[in-house]
Amino acid sequence: MNQILSLISKEFRSEWRQKYALNGMLLYLASTIFVCYMSFNVKVGAIQGLTWNALFWIIILFAGVNSVAKSFIQEANGRLLYYYTLAKPEQIIISKIIYYSLLMIGLTLVGYFFYSVVMGNPIEDKPMFLLTVILASTGLASALTMLSGIASKAPNSSTLIAVLSFPVMIPMLLVIIKCSRNALDGIDRSQYLDQIGTLVGINAIIIAVSYLLFPYLWRS
Amino acid sequence: MKKRWWKILCVVLLVYVILGALLFEVPRLAILNETIRNLHFHVTMWFGMIILLTVSVVYAIKYLRSNKIEHDHYSVEFANAGVLFGILGITTGAIWANFTWGEPWSGDPKQNSSAIALLIYLAYLVLRNSLEDQQQKARVSAIYNVFAFAALIPLLFILPRMTDSSLHPGNGGNPGFNAYDLDSRLRMIFYPAIIGWALLGTWLVSLRVRIRKIKTALED
Repeated sequence: MNQILSLISKEFRSEWRQKYALNGMLLYLASTIFVCYMSFNVKVGAIQGLTWNALFWIIILFAGVNSVAKSFIQEANGRLLYYYTLAKPEQIIISKIIYYSLLMIGLTLVGYFFYSVVMGNPIEDKPMFLLTVILASTGLASALTMLSGIASKAPNSSTLIAVLSFPVMIPMLLVIIKCSRNALDGIDRSQYLDQIGTLVGINAIIIAVSYLLFPYLWRS
Repeated sequence: MKKRWWKILCVVLLVYVILGALLFEVPRLAILNETIRNLHFHVTMWFGMIILLTVSVVYAIKYLRSNKIEHDHYSVEFANAGVLFGILGITTGAIWANFTWGEPWSGDPKQNSSAIALLIYLAYLVLRNSLEDQQQKARVSAIYNVFAFAALIPLLFILPRMTDSSLHPGNGGNPGFNAYDLDSRLRMIFYPAIIGWALLGTWLVSLRVRIRKIKTALED
């Protein structure tokens, strides 16, 4: 447990030291949102809920692929080897998943803020939308962390991460879009609690499978 | 001679299935009419695909536990055969849909999820080809295989059942062959067809694995 905490704090510190990466992510998010806003060329609140919702999650998906993908790809080989001598692989993957989930939640919230500023905010049921954001970010980040570990073994990893992650994340994305659409329309919460449950279930599957498989991955 | 019985069984079953599916009496249902015979070719392809992909995952897990390269050969060839069955399933479905729904692709949830399933396994094959080292290729692709299969389960078994909008027979009030409609005349061919196609896939796999073995022997 202590080791996990120290690994997470190490991730935070190394992120803070390379501020350009963090700033790059935020700028990426802001400019993507701005590009979407310009290409729709609309006044605030003029696009429909359906488009608003789908576009938001597509932006978040791409931002996630670009930011979380670096979790393993970016690490130098020597440094990874050094971690492995210090900690168990299970601790490494859990700490990475926690760290990148937090990062992803932060990114999504910042993106949500920018997005609402330029595209308007039609969300009716905000607490439920925030819950969806948290669950979605956790799920996307944990799937991407594991997939980036897989992709980092191959030479052309940046293309590979997109190819590997998109089909795996589509089922999750479908549930996410459905949940947030319900929150957007302000539908009675009891109507879609089972969808939230499905989302939690998918997250649990992904995290459990990552936890079980990662020890095999780092040995190679 | 001992091991040949299942090949004979496969041929006998498939001859029976093809003759039976085309010639036997079938129940008359609205909309479906004679196209109900596609049940024995289209639906059984999906059953075959699921069986083959499950076996592929089992071999991937076996490989991770034992590091024997033969298990990897089986795993990749079962995945290949599963993809072949998937492509056949999607084609037979599209031909059938062209007559029954009026267009080959109508964005039905089941069509979409099958397309995503194929994307996942095509990504698996791309991942394999981008790695050089034999052991690393086997290990990394086995990990992705298990991971992708875990992400596929919600897609194939949960999500289509959460929406009621599928055009498929038996969904959303369409006439179909579910529990009480699939009468014994259809069952008499349907179950043997699943076994027959799955055996054919296994036969294909065993041939391809032998070719692989010869190739590796020649290279060494």
